[in-house]
Amino acid sequence: MVTATHPAATTTGDDSAQPVLIFDNVSIGFEGKKVLEDISLTVAPGDTRILLGPAGSGKSVLLKLANGLMRPDSGTITVFGEEINNMPEEQLFKLRGRIGMVFQEGALFDSLTVRDNVAYRLMEQKVPEAEVTQRVTEALRFVELEQTLEKFPSQLSGGMRRRVAIARAIVNRPDLILYDSPTGGLDPITSTTIVELVMKQRDVYHTSSLLVTHRLQDAFALATHTFDREKNHMVPIANGGLDSKTNFLVLHDGHIVFDGSTRDLVHSDDPFLKEYLS
Amino acid sequence: MPIESIESIAKKGVVSVQDYAILTGRAIANIFQRPRYFSDLIVQADSIGIGSVPIVLLTGFFTGGVLALQSASSLAQFGATAITGELVSLSMIKELGPVLTSLMVSGRNASGMASELGSMMVTEQIDAMRALGTDPLKKLVTPRLYATVIMLFFLTILSDSVGTLGGAVISIFMLGQDGSQYFHTAYQTLQYPDILQGLVKPIVFGFIIASVGCYYGMNTRGGTQGVGRSTTQAVVVSSVLIIAIDLVISQFMIGVFGR
Repeated sequence: MVTATHPAATTTGDDSAQPVLIFDNVSIGFEGKKVLEDISLTVAPGDTRILLGPAGSGKSVLLKLANGLMRPDSGTITVFGEEINNMPEEQLFKLRGRIGMVFQEGALFDSLTVRDNVAYRLMEQKVPEAEVTQRVTEALRFVELEQTLEKFPSQLSGGMRRRVAIARAIVNRPDLILYDSPTGGLDPITSTTIVELVMKQRDVYHTSSLLVTHRLQDAFALATHTFDREKNHMVPIANGGLDSKTNFLVLHDGHIVFDGSTRDLVHSDDPFLKEYLS
Repeated sequence: MPIESIESIAKKGVVSVQDYAILTGRAIANIFQRPRYFSDLIVQADSIGIGSVPIVLLTGFFTGGVLALQSASSLAQFGATAITGELVSLSMIKELGPVLTSLMVSGRNASGMASELGSMMVTEQIDAMRALGTDPLKKLVTPRLYATVIMLFFLTILSDSVGTLGGAVISIFMLGQDGSQYFHTAYQTLQYPDILQGLVKPIVFGFIIASVGCYYGMNTRGGTQGVGRSTTQAVVVSSVLIIAIDLVISQFMIGVFGR
């Protein structure tokens, strides 16, 4: 089995070698019930970490913690070398400028057009109008939806909304992307399109990412395929190889029960993992 | 379903009041901090203020009319129908104008704010806004709060005027009273404390409507059912608070100005 390797990840600043995201013994609970307990994980520059787990295991909560949308009860979360546990919201807004997030159902703003949804962050940052137009068109071209600029989210299909959400997340050229079940609730063909976009972002821009999913087929497609820029779609890695920068985490009952490579995951003897993967 | 202890209910109540105070405090203070969303304030002022004009006009006109009708019938027993205008204008400006306008705006806008913000909460649009670097309180709550306070002030003046006019229409065309006498008594009886009382109330009520609507919207949990619950609670709580606070303000003003 061969392993596909990537060029160096393109993170900004002098922190290109340090992990972009670190969870150190993080715990959080709601109304007396622990949802995540002693979670430790690392996302290195250029890595794609796929977080698997049954529904209700706390995957989405983990992503919100990573973006500072929720605060942990204990443990520390470090993003781009800065601890965010007690960071004031104003500072978090600046830090989030380097993070793109794709929400479970897209979370597009109903009252704004596709153009304004994608341009939202740029307009908040008072980017000149000409540059906004250029970058929005670029982001929408990436997800192959340039023709929907003036449409409202309600006029789009579920898959198209998810693609617009991806365009919105990447328009600022983030150093870390958090995907919350980007293929959840979609038909297999549309799911493949979304997986291809995630792969394209990984293989073309080498952006670090943490992807939550409960769809094993999507997770393994990411691990076993690469994006072919000439053919403009994904192709299997030669000789049944695996992507070296794509690794797995498995969450169960609020704990990380697996953290490792695709190969280690499929050969694990853990009874829960065996049952989960079967 | 387990029954909650009194202690737990009390704690929840205290936490809710604390959350409400933090939300409103920050929403007020945000106007002094950048970025300011003036365009959103204008949009909300248009939606809350201009959008409420028809219901405020209709409510004010018919309230003034029915007030004239009822007052004249009672005053006739004492041969005092000449002061119908005085009664209508005092009642409209001090009480009915501010309270009824606020209740109508509450029914229309507190529910609108709770359902709009509630829907944004349950569809993660508020989280998305935060993830995109925007403070939802600055972008969504502050413009609604200031727009409601400003517009309710002017809507109340409109309602007072139309109410007095409605009373005049009924007095002149149905009860056969003298128009100039109606307007003369209506104007002569008013003193500055009456006007002040009538203009302080909409400022407080506007604050209640927007803050309660936004509070319930921003604390919506539990999908579409939660949105429905928040909407109902926002209207009920803001309406009850308006009537209760009206009593407090009236007592305070009478205590200070003696009328």
